[in-house]
Amino acid sequence: MNDHAPLGPGCRDTPVLKERGQREVFCGLTGIIWLHRKMQDAFFLVVGSRTCAHLLQSAAGVMIFAEPRFATAILEEKDLAGLADAQDELDREVARLLARRPDIRQLFLVGSCPSEVIKLDLHRAAERLSIKHAPHVRVLNYSGSGIETTFTQGEDACLASMVPGLRDTDSRELLLVGALPDVVEDQMLGLLRDMGIDNIRCLPARRTDDTLACGPNTVFALTQPFLGDTHAALERRGARHLPAPFPFGEEGTTAWLRVIADEFGVDRATFDRATQAPRARARKAIAAATETLNGKSIFFFPDSQLEIPLARFLTRECGMTAIEIGTPFLHKALTGPDLDLIPAGPTISEGQDVDLQLDRARAARPDLTVCGLGLANPLEAEGLTTKWAIELVFTPVHFYEQAGDLAALFARPLRRRALLKHGASA
Amino acid sequence: MKLTVWTYEGPPHVGAMRVATGMTGLHYVLHAPQGDTYADLLFTMIERRNHRPPVTYTTFQARDLGSDTAYLFKDACRDAYERFKPQAIIVGASCTAELIQDDPGGLAESMGLPVPVIALELPSYQRKENFGADETFFQVVRHLAKPMARSERVSCNILGPTGLGFRHRDDITEITALLYDLGVEVNVTAPMGSSPSDIARMGAAHFNVLLYPETGEAAARWCEKNLGQPFTKTVPIGVGATGDFIAEVAKLAGVSPAVDDSRLRLPWYAASVDSTYLTGKRVFLFGDGTHVAAAARIARDEMGFTVCGMGCYNREFARPIRALAKEYGVEALITDDYLEVEAAIEALAPEMILGTQMERHIGKRLGIPCAVISAPVHVQDFPARYSPQMGFEGANVIFDTWVHPLVMGLEEHLLHMFRDDFEFHDAAGASHHGGKATAAPEPDTIADLSISGKKKPENQGADVLVWLADAEKELKKIPFFVRGKARRNTEAYAALKGLQEVSVDTLYEAKAHYAR
Repeated sequence: MNDHAPLGPGCRDTPVLKERGQREVFCGLTGIIWLHRKMQDAFFLVVGSRTCAHLLQSAAGVMIFAEPRFATAILEEKDLAGLADAQDELDREVARLLARRPDIRQLFLVGSCPSEVIKLDLHRAAERLSIKHAPHVRVLNYSGSGIETTFTQGEDACLASMVPGLRDTDSRELLLVGALPDVVEDQMLGLLRDMGIDNIRCLPARRTDDTLACGPNTVFALTQPFLGDTHAALERRGARHLPAPFPFGEEGTTAWLRVIADEFGVDRATFDRATQAPRARARKAIAAATETLNGKSIFFFPDSQLEIPLARFLTRECGMTAIEIGTPFLHKALTGPDLDLIPAGPTISEGQDVDLQLDRARAARPDLTVCGLGLANPLEAEGLTTKWAIELVFTPVHFYEQAGDLAALFARPLRRRALLKHGASA
Repeated sequence: MKLTVWTYEGPPHVGAMRVATGMTGLHYVLHAPQGDTYADLLFTMIERRNHRPPVTYTTFQARDLGSDTAYLFKDACRDAYERFKPQAIIVGASCTAELIQDDPGGLAESMGLPVPVIALELPSYQRKENFGADETFFQVVRHLAKPMARSERVSCNILGPTGLGFRHRDDITEITALLYDLGVEVNVTAPMGSSPSDIARMGAAHFNVLLYPETGEAAARWCEKNLGQPFTKTVPIGVGATGDFIAEVAKLAGVSPAVDDSRLRLPWYAASVDSTYLTGKRVFLFGDGTHVAAAARIARDEMGFTVCGMGCYNREFARPIRALAKEYGVEALITDDYLEVEAAIEALAPEMILGTQMERHIGKRLGIPCAVISAPVHVQDFPARYSPQMGFEGANVIFDTWVHPLVMGLEEHLLHMFRDDFEFHDAAGASHHGGKATAAPEPDTIADLSISGKKKPENQGADVLVWLADAEKELKKIPFFVRGKARRNTEAYAALKGLQEVSVDTLYEAKAHYAR
C-alpha cells in the first residue's frame, strides 16, 4: 500500500452534510434480484403488498423472466383485519411453494414495510417453518422493508441473517463476505490461492453449505462496502475484520489483497508474483477509459453505498474530480480506508433531500452525474450526462480483470454524448 | 395472503401517478416510505419521460413511526407547494401509509393551501392500478369541472388517456384527427395532456369520447350525470369498431358520418391472397378487458382467425368478457395469476397468442408466436414511430403487428413442402426474424429425442396415452407452427377412440377426422 500513500489529507475527517427528506432510492427488497441468482437453491418469499411485487417486477422483470426463485405473498384485507391468522396463511403458502419447488434448500422470509408495520413476526414464523420442513429446507428471515433498509442494505440484512446459523469453529479460516458473480469470485479465490492462502470460505455460498463456519480464529474481509450489519454480526461471533479499501480498480484490488496477504504472512515476492500480470492488465485497461475520464468532474447521488470506493477509484485511478459524493449511509469502519485515499475537496453527503441535491447538481453542472433510474433521463434532458447507478450493482466490476470494465461504465455515457450530433432534447 | 410471481397491475397509487404524470400543473403528495419511489422509473425509463413524475414522497422511516409521521406529511406538502406551485394538489397514501392511518386528506385540508386539495381514498389491499387511475381522474374531475355554456361549434372531450398507457400517445393523435375530419373539435383531452384549469373547462364540450374505459369510465359517468354530456360506448380499435364509433359520434354531434378512409389498408391486406394462410389460425386473447374485446372482433371478423380462448386480468371487466366469450363459444379466463394464464395457454395450444408482455414470455417458453395488444407496458410498447391502435392507422398497425410474429404465407407453404430440408427446417425459425439460423439436428438426434420423448399426457384413470416412436418421429416432421395443434388433435382423437397408443396411422386418422 506504500506506493499509494495519499497525496494530502484524505476525506475521513471532512465534515459530513447530513440531509433528511425525500429519497430517490430503492428499498432493500431489490437485493433479491441478484441474491436469488447467486444462491442457486434459495427462494425469497416477500411477505408484503402488491407494491412490493410490483417493485420487484419493475426492477427485475425486464431483465430476467425465467421462473424466478422469488415471489410475494400479498397481504389482503382479511389478513389485516385479523379475519385470517397471518401465520396460518403463511404456513399454507410456504407448504404449497415448497411442494412445487423441491429444489429449494433455503427459504428466506423477507419482511416488507406493511409486514413490519403490522408487526408480523417473521422470525417466529421462520423458526416454526424450519422445524416443520427440516432437514430438507432451512427457513431464515430478514427485513428488506423501505422503512428500515435502503437498496443494498437488503443484501446486508440477508447475509447478517445467515451468520447466527454458521457452525462454530476454532480453526483459522478466511471468510470473504459479499455476493459476487461466480466468475469474479473465482478470480478472487485464484489470486489468493496463488499466494498460498487456502481454507477460504465465501458468504453467501453458491449452494447451501453446512460447512460454513465462524469463530474466534476466523478473519473476514468484505468485498462490498454496504455490509455493516453483517460486519457487526460476524464480530459478535468472535471473527476479526480486516479493514481495507474495497477491491475496485487496480489500486483498490491491490490494497485489499495486500491486507489479507499481510494477515497471512505472504512475503512481498510471492505477492508480486501473484499480482504482477493482472495488475499490469488492469492498468492498461483503465488507461483506455481514462482518456475519456481524465479531468472530468463527477457528482454522486446516494444509491448503492458503493459511492465512496468508486469515488476513490475514479479520482485516483482515472483522473476525475469529485464534486459531491452522496451515500445513503456512511460507515467509517468500512469505508474509512477508502475515504483516507480520496483527496480532500468534495462534499461528502449522507442521506438525501432529493430536490435540494438536484439544485446543487444543476448549479455544479458536473460532467458526469451518477444517479438512480428515476433521475437519469430527466437530467439527461436537462443536458447533464448521467450514469445509472443500478448498473454498478448488476455488472461484474470487482478485482483486476473487471477494472477496465468499471472505468468503461463511466466513460461510455461521455463518449456517447460526444458521438450524438443532434443533442438530447426530449 | 396470495402468492404472486408477476403482476399485471401495480398498486392503486401507481394508477394515481399515471393520472398525475400525464397531466401538467397537478402535484401528488404521497404519504409513503422510501422505496416507493421506484415507481418514478416506470415513467422515466419505460416511457422515457424527460421529467420526473410530479410526485413528492414523504419518505417516512421506522424510527418516525413512534413519533409523528403526520408532521412529515405536512412538511412535505408545504415544501411541494412552495417548490412546484401547482394549480391543484392530490394527496393520498401508499399501502404502508394506509396502515398508519394519518389521514393525508384531512391533514392537507387543514393546512389552508391556496389551491384545491383533492384527497384520494385508494384501498391498497383491495384494489389495483386501473382502479387507482379511474378513481383519481374521477376525483379530479368531480372537484374541478363545473357546468358551463357549451362551445359554439360542436366539440367533445377525450377521456381516459394516462401516462404509461398502452399507445395512448398515438391513439390521441389519431382520434383527434378523425374527429376533426368529422367536423368535431376536441375541447379537452384528459387526463393526459391537460392541466387542472383545462379540467375546469370540460363542461364546454357537447359530449365525451371515452377511449379507455379502464381509466376514464367513472369520470365519463359523472360528466353524463352532472354536466349533461353523453359519452361514446364504442372503443375505435379495428375496422368495424372504428366504423361504429364514427356512427356514434356522428349521431351525438349531429354531423355526417362520411369520412375519407382511403388510408385504411387492413381490409385489403386481409383479403389479398397472401393472407389466405391466416384462415382459421387459432388465437388466444389475454389483456385488459377493453383491448381483449376489441381484439376478439378483429381476430374473427377482420383477420379470419379462430378465437380459441380469451380472458382479462381486470376483474372490473369480468362480466362483459364472460358474455363476449360465450358469444365466441369459449370459456373466459378471469384471473390476475400469470401461472393460470400459462396453464390455460399450454392446454389450448393456440397457434398464436394476442396478449400482454407477460404472454409474450409465456409464448417464448412454449414456442408460440405472440403479438402484444394490451398493457402492462414494456419499453417496447413506446416505439419512436407513430404507432396507434385506434382508428384507421391503428387498424393498419394491428394488421402488421399481428402478422409479424408468424411465419410468412409463402414461407409456410415451403416449410410444409420441404419439411426436413437441411436448411429449411423448424429450428431455423421465421426468415424475417433476427437470430442465427441453426443447422438441422442430425437425424439420429431426432430419433433419440422422440424416444426420450415429451412428457406423456395422462388420461383419466390408470390409462396413459403413449406416443410410439414412429408417430413421435412423424410428428416432428410437421412444421413447428402447426405441430402443437397436430399433437393436441391426435391426442383428443385417441381419447375419443379409447386408444392407449398413438401410431403413425392414428396421427393421420386424426388429421382426416379434423380436416376442414
